[in-house]
Amino acid sequence: MRLEINGLVKAFDGKTAVLDYVNFNDDVDTLALIGRSGCGKSTLLRILGGLIPASGGTVCLDGEPVSEDERHRKKIGFVFQQGGLFSHLSALDNITLPLVKVHGFSKSKAQERAFELLDRFGLAGEAGKKPSQLSGGQKQRIAIARAVAPKPRMLLLDEPTSALDPEYTTEVLDMIRELKDEKLSFIIATHEMGFALHACEKMVFLYDGKIAEYGESREVFANPKTSELKEFLSKILEWKV
Amino acid sequence: MSIFTSYSEKTHPFKATFNLVLMSLLITALFWLALSLVGVRLNFSFLAPLSGRIFDGYLMTVCLSAASFFISLLLGVACAAMQSGKILVLRYFAKLYVIAIRGTPLIMQVYLFFYLMGTAYGITNRFICGVLILSLFEGAYIAEIVRGSLLSMDGTQLEAAKAVGFTKKQQLALVVLPQLLARTLPALTGQFASMIKDSSLLCMIALIELTQTLREISAMNFKMFECYMLLGVLYLSLTLPITYASKRLEQRFDYEA
Ligand SMILES: Nc1ncnc2c1ncn2[C@@H]1O[C@H](COP(=O)(O)OP(=O)(O)OP(=O)(O)O)[C@@H](O)[C@H]1O
Ligand SMILES: [Mg+2]
Repeated sequence: MRLEINGLVKAFDGKTAVLDYVNFNDDVDTLALIGRSGCGKSTLLRILGGLIPASGGTVCLDGEPVSEDERHRKKIGFVFQQGGLFSHLSALDNITLPLVKVHGFSKSKAQERAFELLDRFGLAGEAGKKPSQLSGGQKQRIAIARAVAPKPRMLLLDEPTSALDPEYTTEVLDMIRELKDEKLSFIIATHEMGFALHACEKMVFLYDGKIAEYGESREVFANPKTSELKEFLSKILEWKV
Repeated sequence: MSIFTSYSEKTHPFKATFNLVLMSLLITALFWLALSLVGVRLNFSFLAPLSGRIFDGYLMTVCLSAASFFISLLLGVACAAMQSGKILVLRYFAKLYVIAIRGTPLIMQVYLFFYLMGTAYGITNRFICGVLILSLFEGAYIAEIVRGSLLSMDGTQLEAAKAVGFTKKQQLALVVLPQLLARTLPALTGQFASMIKDSSLLCMIALIELTQTLREISAMNFKMFECYMLLGVLYLSLTLPITYASKRLEQRFDYEA
């Protein structure tokens, strides 16, 4: 999928710009978004997903401008760091409600699709549970199932594992990699370098409101060009085995 | 049979019954003692011929509270909306309303509204006046309940509603309202129980509701104890079921936690 970003600026209520003239133009299949905390990863993803407006510049996906309009939002799947499942609905209803109300599925078709995904990811037993009755890993996997159920053009994941224990992190990342094998495009903001390196073809390093480095994940990771990325990588890998 | 319980286990039904009976006996004894010290022998038989009047008063209290509940609900929601809205004049007005009403006793409001506003604007019907006063009073409390649950709405839930592609209307109808309702309903039900009790102060403007009815009866035959005991029982017959409903609603919606 083609992602074109031209002069994207985002400043929250008149303060200094979080995103400061970001430019990007390339095909995106699987992209990792890395950068230190507060560098604007979530902000960028939320603009791409049509959740917040940009302050300036343009963003296009496959030539269509990105906006807060629901016609754009419904084409994108979004997974939040945590707490994205509707707390008043069961796991099943979380998946079926958008299918029925937004994508015009009949109730039975929606349930069929939901169970297809739940079965596949070993979550069928949790269908009737409310989010408060699920583990963190289950919640995130159901959130991903909800996001991919309508077959979106692109999946945006905002640190889907950073609120999870390591053992749950693996099950969530495994699920995303499995989806990748089906040619689902995604952009993921993550601190999981292993995943960024092995499961994402390309990598963007965001620094100081700009794209500081971009390229093949392996290349960016092995030969960081800027001192900022070198420092970031050494920090993040300091305690890795 | 033990009178002790542990915090962890559930109390056995036999033990619970035994201790409930024990408590009832104690309370009865306390009342008995008090009555005998005052030298009163209770006799409720004089109330039988008055049951029609008492029923009318009871009905009046129910109607007053029910009507006020609906109006105060509208007022409360409107006020909460104004307080979180963008129009500054309305926001200040709503804030002032809540502060003024919650900071003053109901009895003052009853008198002031009835004698000043009622007379000035020609609202002479006591029932309408009573409903207005009670609604204005409870509306301020309901506004706070509604505002509280508006504030407790989680930002991520709202973003998620956007993210799945809901329209503005759908975000409201499918996410915001159900979650607000779940959080507000138990407290609202509780407020309804308070409203029934608060309506008793409307006897001050000679509205013939339950309290006023029994005040009049007790003034006629000086049987204070019987009248006020009956009054208590009748209010409980209204508030207990509502309190119970509120508890059940709370359990039903406790997925929020
Ligand atoms: N709604 C908002 N209002 C004001 N400032 C905001 C808002 N959202 C984010 N910011 C600011 O924008 C900057 C970037 O935030 P963002 O959440 O995009 O960072 P991030 O890269 O996702 O960080 P993290 O890795 O901690 O999630 C931060 O300095 C943050 O304080
Ligand atoms: Mg973030």
